[in-house]
Amino acid sequence: MLNIQDISKSFGSLEVVKNLSFTVQEGEFVAIIGPSGSGKSTLFQLIGGITPVDHGTILLNGDNIQRQTGIIGYMPQQPCLLPWRTILENVMIVEELQRRPNKELAKAWLEKVGLASFENAYPHALSGGMQQRVSFLRAIVSGKPILCLDEPFSALDEFTRLEMQAWLLSIWEEHKKSILFVTHSIEEALFLADRIIVLTKRPATVKEEIIVPFARPRFEEIRHSTQFTQLKQQLFQYLKEEKDDAYVD
Amino acid sequence: MLQGRSIIFIAFLLFIWELIIRVADIPHWLLPAPSAIMIEGIESYSTFSPHVWATIQLALIGLAIGVMCGLSVAVFLHRSSTIRAFVYPILIVSQNVPVLVLAPLLIIWFGFGLLPKLIIICLVCFFPIVIAAMDGFRQTSPELKHYFAMIGATKGQTFWKLEWPYAYPSIFSGIKIAATYSVMGAVIAEWLGAKKGIGVYMTLAQSSFRTDRVFVAIFAIVLLSLLLFSVIRFVEKLVVKGRGAHAEHSGHF
Repeated sequence: MLNIQDISKSFGSLEVVKNLSFTVQEGEFVAIIGPSGSGKSTLFQLIGGITPVDHGTILLNGDNIQRQTGIIGYMPQQPCLLPWRTILENVMIVEELQRRPNKELAKAWLEKVGLASFENAYPHALSGGMQQRVSFLRAIVSGKPILCLDEPFSALDEFTRLEMQAWLLSIWEEHKKSILFVTHSIEEALFLADRIIVLTKRPATVKEEIIVPFARPRFEEIRHSTQFTQLKQQLFQYLKEEKDDAYVD
Repeated sequence: MLQGRSIIFIAFLLFIWELIIRVADIPHWLLPAPSAIMIEGIESYSTFSPHVWATIQLALIGLAIGVMCGLSVAVFLHRSSTIRAFVYPILIVSQNVPVLVLAPLLIIWFGFGLLPKLIIICLVCFFPIVIAAMDGFRQTSPELKHYFAMIGATKGQTFWKLEWPYAYPSIFSGIKIAATYSVMGAVIAEWLGAKKGIGVYMTLAQSSFRTDRVFVAIFAIVLLSLLLFSVIRFVEKLVVKGRGAHAEHSGHF
């Protein structure tokens, strides 16, 4: 599936990503966490093809996708809905750009997640959480082999965030799309992902990789289990080490 | 658009005006009372209305051409940064040349026909539209532009599906300013020589010391500008969708 091989990127003398390698398997949910400013957004720009890598390769199903935009499904931190388009028109935008809008599919998805009644509403009428649902649907409907989610819930309030995590999980467990999920929330990563990749501080490379042992379907209860707490502490420790180093710099 | 309070205030001002004229016994040819202006307006309606129609036509045609030129230039300049670097400063400097000064030149070059008049109106409408549209394009949120890049939009798609609609509120602010300018531009153009129009009516009234008629013309110009302004606001409400509070802000009244 997605295969990142030994990529590096620097902006001028600033090394942002260095010798970073990891893979995402078909139907796998991979979360990436790292200290803030560790080049997580740059990583997505590289995968998304809007910034070239200095060296290394990015393969998707064996094809080199460097410098190619519109290959991955993308969900940004802010909903990024176009205010003058209805919800339905917003959901269809990615396919529209590739001149094959699929209205039926978009409608079916809106129906499935209970947003059908908002089909003809404009984004400003929706709450932040709702807008992010629409943003996620837009990524799904685009029909790309892999979805890249860039801290999608970080701008939401705590309660909405928990709600959204459960919502995303329920949809994902039903459809098993490959997801690469960048977050700075340890709990979020543990609750959602199959595997967690911890990045080092800048220049980013893989520090640790953790396989999340919880069975699916997952429920809210796992958040209170001892294992969850232990893993959380372990991950926290990793991030703390990176932070401490950062202060020494 | 004009709220109740401002209408009452305007009525109050007119009342004061009327009162001063009556109390101080100011001669009619110096400053006529609002009531006298209104009576004159009603009485000369049939002779005045052809002039108004001529001005409306001139202003609308000029505005339409000005909007089209302005938007085309704005799109062109926005999309090619090299040309923008050359042209934009010239554009700004050119606005310091008063149109009134250019008018005699235009008449020398193009005669007394429709063309020099339309050029004058175009010139006054053009600038606010170019500036407003270019500002609108430039203010497109960087998050949305980044999103468009990530989903593989071409430059053309990013412009027509993102920057262009994003700039609608700004463009309409520009058109609203241009619309009020266009009536003024039309009247100035008519002063220079025309057979019909509010400008012509004003020149005739002035040379015969019919101050009341000059005021009729002034009120007609104000009403025309307001009318044009509200028509454009109405169109704006139809075109600018889904921006709720955002759209309301671009109104100046």
